[in-house]
Amino acid sequence: MQPTFSSSRILLPVRPWFIAFSLLFALVLNFLPTSAWSWVPDWVALVLIFWSIREPRRVGMGAGFLLGLAMDVADVSLLGQHALAYVLASYVASYLSRRILWFPIRLQALHVLPLLLIVQLVQFGARVMPGASLPGLDYFIGPLVAVFFWWPLTFLLLLPQYQPVSRDDNRPI
Amino acid sequence: MDHQPPPFFKRGPAPLAQLSFYAALSMALIFVDSRFQTLELLRQGVSLITRPVQQFAHTPVRAIDNAGVYLSDITRMEQENARLKRMQLEASDTVLRTRQLEVENERLRKLLDVKQRQNGNGRVAQVLHAARDPFSRKVIVDKGLQDKIVAGQPVVDELGVVGQVTRVFPFVSEITLITDKDQAVPVQVVRNGLRSVVFGLGDGRLELRFMPANADVEVGDDLVTSGLDGIFLAGTPVAKVVEIERDASYSFARIYCAPVAGVENFGEVMVMDPKETVVIPAELIPESGNGAGKGKGAAKPVPKKRRLKEE
Repeated sequence: MQPTFSSSRILLPVRPWFIAFSLLFALVLNFLPTSAWSWVPDWVALVLIFWSIREPRRVGMGAGFLLGLAMDVADVSLLGQHALAYVLASYVASYLSRRILWFPIRLQALHVLPLLLIVQLVQFGARVMPGASLPGLDYFIGPLVAVFFWWPLTFLLLLPQYQPVSRDDNRPI
Repeated sequence: MDHQPPPFFKRGPAPLAQLSFYAALSMALIFVDSRFQTLELLRQGVSLITRPVQQFAHTPVRAIDNAGVYLSDITRMEQENARLKRMQLEASDTVLRTRQLEVENERLRKLLDVKQRQNGNGRVAQVLHAARDPFSRKVIVDKGLQDKIVAGQPVVDELGVVGQVTRVFPFVSEITLITDKDQAVPVQVVRNGLRSVVFGLGDGRLELRFMPANADVEVGDDLVTSGLDGIFLAGTPVAKVVEIERDASYSFARIYCAPVAGVENFGEVMVMDPKETVVIPAELIPESGNGAGKGKGAAKPVPKKRRLKEE
C-alpha cells in the first residue's frame, strides 16, 4: 500500500503489535483527566477510524466494541454508549475505506469529520433520550479539533511502515 | 445449482452481520444499564483492567501537580500554616462548648425519652478526578469496596453536602454531585423550618421545586438537610437561595440555589457512614391477623410506612 494514492513509495506491511499499541496509547490519552476541556478530541475514535480505513481486515467492529466498553467503564457513562458509537463509526469507516484512500490527506480529513460526528451524536442520543442533562454545544467541537490532527496522525501511524530509500545503481528497476 | 467459488481471502462474517451483532449487543447493554442496576458486576470486572491504565495515565499529571506544590513559595506555606492555626484557635472555643452541649443534649433527650440523635462518622477520601462524562456531574474518589464503601453513602466536605456515592468499584467509587441533573436532597429552610426537596439542574445550580408561588422563602435563605430521607444527617448545610422568580401564571415559584460546599472543587471529602436504619419496635406493629376490630383504613398504612423506613 502507498501512503497516499499519488505516492510512488510502497509501504511495508503493518505490524499487528503496532496497531494494538497505538489503540492502547489512544486509550491512555483518553484517560487523562481532561474533563475540564470539552474540546479535547476523542483519541480512541480517531485512531480506530484511522485503522478501520487503512486496515479494515485487521481492525474492525470487535476492537471498537471492546474499546468502547473500556471507555464506558472508565468514564462512568452509560454502559454500551461508547461501544455503540465506535462500532457504527468503525463500520462506516471500513465501508468507505476504498473511497477515502483515493483522496489527498486534506480531503480524507473532511471524510473523517462526519464519522467523528456520528460518534458524538450516537452518544448524545443514547444519553439524552433516557433523560441526562444537555452537555452544551462545545461537546461537538471535539470532532472539529480532531480533524486537524488527521494529517499528523497519518504521518505518525504510518511512520513504522516507511522503508528506507536505498539507492542501488546496479539494480535494473 | 448455485455454487459460489471459495473466497480468496479469509474475511470472517460479513460486515453487515458483524455490525448487527455488535450494535444489538451494545443497544442491549444501553437498555439494561439505563433501566436496571444489574450490570454492576460486569462494570467491576472491566474496571479491574481499566483502572491500572487510568492510574498510569494519571501518573504524569499527578507528578506535575506535586512538583508545583513542592516548588511553591515557603513563605506562603508558613502564612497558610499560621492562618490555619489561628482558625483552629478561634474554632476551639466553639468545639469545646459543642462537646459539652452534646453531652447535655444527650442527657436531656434521655430524660425526655426521645430517640438519640445520630452522630456522623465517616472516612476521608481524596477526589481523584472528575468523570470525563459531559452528560453528568460525577467525581471519582480513592476509596472503594476495599474500604467497605457502599452505594448510597452521603458525602460531605467541611462546608456542606457534596453528593452521594452511587457506584462502588474495587478501589475507587463514583460520587454523584448534588448539582447533577435530578439528584435530590431533602432540605429544610433554616429560618422557618419549611421542608422541601432541592434538585440539581445539571448546570452547577440547584432548584427548590414544588414550592407554592407565595412560599416563605427569601433570597439568602440557608437550606440544611432535613434528614427525612434516612440517608443524610439532619442539619448539614446544603445550599443558599440566590434567585427567586415568582410568576403568578405558574402555580410554583422558581427558586434557584447555589451549593454551599465546594462541589466543583477537588480536594478531600468525607464519606459518611450509612445511617442506622430505623426499626419500629415490635409491640408498635399491629398483627395483620387481628386487624378486624380496627377497620381497614387504620391498619393498611402501617406496614407501608414500616417498609419505607427499613429501606
